[in-house]
Amino acid sequence: MPSLETVAAWLLAIIWVFPLLYAFWAAFHPPAYMVRFDLFAPLTLDNFKNAWAQAPFARYYLNTFALVTGVVFAQFVVCTLAAFAFARFPIPGKNVLFMLVLIQLFVFPEVLIVENYRIASELGLINTITGIGLPYVASAFGIFLLRQTFKTIPRELEDAARIEGCNWLEILWKVYVPLAKPTYLAYGLVSISHHWNNFLWPLVVTNSVESRPLTVGLGVFSAPETGVNWATVSAATLLSIAPLLIAFLLFQRQFVQSFLRAGIR
Amino acid sequence: MNLTSYRRMQLYGGLLLLPAAVLLTTFAYLPTITTVINSLFLPGFRGAPAEFVGLENYQVLFDDPTFWKVARNNLIYAVGTIPTSIALALGMALFVNGKLPGRGFVRMAYFTPTILPMIAAANIWMFFYAPQIGLFNKLLGALGFSGVNWLGDPSMALGSVIVMSVWKEAGFFMIFYLAALQGIAPELKEASDLEGTSRWSFFWRVTFPLLMPTTLFVLINALINAVRVVDHLFILTKGGPNNATNLLLYYVYENAFSFFDRTTAATITVVILLVLAVVATLKFTILDRRTHYQ
Repeated sequence: MPSLETVAAWLLAIIWVFPLLYAFWAAFHPPAYMVRFDLFAPLTLDNFKNAWAQAPFARYYLNTFALVTGVVFAQFVVCTLAAFAFARFPIPGKNVLFMLVLIQLFVFPEVLIVENYRIASELGLINTITGIGLPYVASAFGIFLLRQTFKTIPRELEDAARIEGCNWLEILWKVYVPLAKPTYLAYGLVSISHHWNNFLWPLVVTNSVESRPLTVGLGVFSAPETGVNWATVSAATLLSIAPLLIAFLLFQRQFVQSFLRAGIR
Repeated sequence: MNLTSYRRMQLYGGLLLLPAAVLLTTFAYLPTITTVINSLFLPGFRGAPAEFVGLENYQVLFDDPTFWKVARNNLIYAVGTIPTSIALALGMALFVNGKLPGRGFVRMAYFTPTILPMIAAANIWMFFYAPQIGLFNKLLGALGFSGVNWLGDPSMALGSVIVMSVWKEAGFFMIFYLAALQGIAPELKEASDLEGTSRWSFFWRVTFPLLMPTTLFVLINALINAVRVVDHLFILTKGGPNNATNLLLYYVYENAFSFFDRTTAATITVVILLVLAVVATLKFTILDRRTHYQ
């Protein structure tokens, strides 16, 4: 006889996965079975075929993939350099500068959509993947995380490298970056899932298939006025979340730890 | 270290900061300043220069009942989502921190919504809320009740949006509680067991106070999200019916990109920035010493 607590925990868990399971049900069955739960309902892949035929998902995947890899790479470079400066260099007014950086934890690019749109258009970045990613590259959060990690690395290692004749960039590359690997992993996973899922800014800055990421494509696709049937929308939804969901199921522990590590530091 | 090499290090450090400084200036500081400036001007008509009007735009905004409706919605949204999702998160963390059959699955079930884009989550919930063939109304019908127009009825719509948001956020907050629970020394539990303390009073007297920093940290994040995340409105309601689910940031978007009223958009943005400034001050004064950053 399971305890009351076990029952409650499981009930909550079932409620929590139910929406996702329901999307699976709807996507793999003919539209007639949307709300008829019949164990012997015929399985079908037609909904996926329809979704794939009605919107350029291949292009959306490509765009999202380019966006996510580009943003994470650029964030790693820019945040590493800034974090290194904050952790190890004497800069006049360093504390004030650091506080200024932390402001970006609250003032996100999407809060300033109107002015950021104007700036993006002046830079000729409207409807480009660079335009979607660039406002997020100098991430205060990344700078903060890496600075914390760099500060814990003993100076003796740095001195040893200098005796070997390394210059500053070599010290950064050969001493600091390798020792901060867990931080890069944690930040990378959080950043990937954030940019894979981001919607408002990409929506504003893109206006055609050429640059739209998956979320925006899905949003356009499933708007009620497009009249696409729901079984097809379910399939499209699963298509958009599949890579991230599979990655999560495979690397659950890393994902959870990354969110935790990135959050708690 | 002699003076010239100190100077060189300063210069070097400055150069390392340069890319981040340029980007932050372009996409955070400059737009903040221009937003504030724009909120003080009326745009010039047909090439005429913009006219400085002081706080008049704010006057107009504060006289607009729609703005107050949206602000009130956002407050209700915050009050509706934050305590519920935090309480659920704490409950979830307590469940999966204890001995539980199938603990791995339960933990995964709670956390999965966190991984989904808000847009995808809204798509799925759209099936539940739909008036004719939606699952909730089918269920009500099977029980002999008449259906509810979950997203179309102004008195229900905001509540429906809130329920979905709680589902999306609770599992994320659970992670932080779970970590905090695992950091509580087991000796405390052993000692209280020796004293014969009930689980209930152990929770309220020991666990809950020890979780206070985590609660504050989660609360700050939840507050920010209540202002920032509006993606689901694009799918579920578009702010309707009759602005019943409109929230501040969505209202900015509408003003700027649907009504082409950049001035009003700028003025509302400044209001949002002020709210975020209050949250930031709260965070840095209360939480600074606890090394809990975003």
